[in-house]
Amino acid sequence: MSRPRLVDSAKSGPSLAPEQLVQMHDLMVKARVLEERLIQMYKQGDGYFWIGGPGEEAFNVPLGLLIKKGRGLDFDYLHFHYRQSATLLAMGEEPIGALRQMKNTATDPYSGGRNFAGHFSKAEWNLCPVTSPIEVQYGTAIGTGLAQKRYGGDAITIVTGGDAGTAEGDFASCLVWSSRPGNELPILMIVTHNKWGISTASSTQQGARSIADRGTAFGIKNKVIDGNDPVVAYRELQEAMAYVRKERKPFLLEVTVSRLYGHSSASGANFVTNEVDCLAQFEQKLEADGIMTRQAIDEVRERWTSAIAAMAKQAREEPLPAPESIWNNIFWERK
Amino acid sequence: MANMAQAIRMALHYGEENLGVTDIFGEDVGAPLGGVFTCTQGLKTTWNTPLDERGIIGAAMGLAMAGQRPVAEIQFADYVFNTIDLLKLAGNTCWSTNGDWHLPMVVMTPVGAGIRGSIYHSHSFDAMMSHIPGWKIVMPSNPLDAYGLLLSAVQEENPVMYLPPKALMRVRGEELIPGEPADARELSKLIDAPLGDRSQWKAQWPDLGYYAVPIGKGKIVREGDTITVVSWGRTVPMCAQAAKQLEAEGISAEVIDLRTIYPYDWEMVKASIEKTGKVLFVNEDTEITNFGEHLVRRTVDELFFKLLAAPKIVAGKHVPGIGLSDPLERASVPQNEDIVAAMRALAAEQP
Repeated sequence: MSRPRLVDSAKSGPSLAPEQLVQMHDLMVKARVLEERLIQMYKQGDGYFWIGGPGEEAFNVPLGLLIKKGRGLDFDYLHFHYRQSATLLAMGEEPIGALRQMKNTATDPYSGGRNFAGHFSKAEWNLCPVTSPIEVQYGTAIGTGLAQKRYGGDAITIVTGGDAGTAEGDFASCLVWSSRPGNELPILMIVTHNKWGISTASSTQQGARSIADRGTAFGIKNKVIDGNDPVVAYRELQEAMAYVRKERKPFLLEVTVSRLYGHSSASGANFVTNEVDCLAQFEQKLEADGIMTRQAIDEVRERWTSAIAAMAKQAREEPLPAPESIWNNIFWERK
Repeated sequence: MANMAQAIRMALHYGEENLGVTDIFGEDVGAPLGGVFTCTQGLKTTWNTPLDERGIIGAAMGLAMAGQRPVAEIQFADYVFNTIDLLKLAGNTCWSTNGDWHLPMVVMTPVGAGIRGSIYHSHSFDAMMSHIPGWKIVMPSNPLDAYGLLLSAVQEENPVMYLPPKALMRVRGEELIPGEPADARELSKLIDAPLGDRSQWKAQWPDLGYYAVPIGKGKIVREGDTITVVSWGRTVPMCAQAAKQLEAEGISAEVIDLRTIYPYDWEMVKASIEKTGKVLFVNEDTEITNFGEHLVRRTVDELFFKLLAAPKIVAGKHVPGIGLSDPLERASVPQNEDIVAAMRALAAEQP
């Protein structure tokens, strides 16, 4: 059983190929610009509520790149929380969907104007609906994990939540059900640890040495990693996923991340300066290592700022759902 | 003639053999026990879970998301309450994703009083469940309907809450399930697990036939034209018995078994009330925001000028639990004499 350990990014082994680093940077910027646009839309009255994941791009982008994407048991089942637009973008999703959901237009591909920002759903990619109740995704993950265990193959269930939510019983349910002797489930449990639950510091509420350490009691392999470094995240995810895909057993990965705009619009959604900005840190490294110039970095941001602004404009002009549509899809309507 | 527990078992067997049921699971659902009410003995897709109701409902949702057809059991409805937000989530998954996902899953949980179950084995759940949109909710009152409703439930593309009344689990039916032997002892030999060591035992299933009760369709248990009595679950046979008793007094009661709480058969209820002008709703859930109250509201809204008397309800008392002592339980949920008295009083009312 491995003990939880912090991985120093400087000791994280060989880096990735330059083109991979550039690709990850592009996606991280795209996600950051998208979230900042969503926040702006909220502040300008083009949405009622914002919640998202600026500060988690260095982890969420590698995660998206490593997912086995598709529909059905041959592909990964995804039980995400509401801070993962960067994962979706890395999987190839168009950003306009998130903008449409923020504006709650009829064209919102995830909920038809019914749900908050960041509450994605895409059955075509096994992306189970993101919900507002905290941690319920750890319960539904049990079910897809069971089906995948029976089916075989190498596809896995990936479930993500925050550190505060691990206090919920559903997190314990997932630990118990995924480690039943002889019935272990291929579930990659991810806890992005941003040290906060809205306004409450996790250090005042949870006394475990680490969240990952809770896996140890269940015989679940676990690790704490630095989620602010995309190279570390990529490598560690590769390793954890390879284990779950091959061994068909669970893995608990605790990932330290930042929360750069607070919990949500309810807490102002203003940039905080006292947490690590994974994007700024990565850009410094890219520049220092000669992978990208500052000019090239700036161009990426300008390109996405302009493209996403145009998408936001388009979303703002699209119609809202019709009132009578509240009656649609209460029960499944055979397509 | 099968009892309700045997009927459920046979329906699940039919479901796993012919209708794609992949998982029948819950606490003590698999071998060796096969369910605390024996509803899941001898089946091939049963398995036991940790003692974790939220895990059970979460697992059912995830299995449905992964294209399986699960039937999850919560051992007693009294213990389903800590899963309410998951039930809400299952009910809103299709709607909140605008049809992107839907959940073909059945949750089965025995309800109601009548087995001397005290405070935590006597809860009803129909009224509470009717507050959770996105579910279909069914409640059998006899073994044949238990079989037919379950066959419909496992073929549904939406979540179905299946609520068998505990007090009726051991009551034999009056109508044969297609394929079951008429002799109850013969059926028992075939499908009831023996006491003691069961490790070598296998059920010998009769050649069962397809019989589905459509969700959303009630049943006229007894025709009549003086008063309408609408009931569901445990109180249906009590209402039928009361109607039989009152016939001698010249009261002709039409008794409707609603069978589905949602979406309910309003057309059947409405047609009967239009005929009789008097209606009594009977069930054992607590009376405040009882599902019968919704039916009263709709009756008043839509049929006010057809009514010859105010619509009435006989339901459970609004007390925190069913006390174990006999006089306490009898005082808490409708008894035969309560139903007879209410029917007699309603029949006697003059506009």
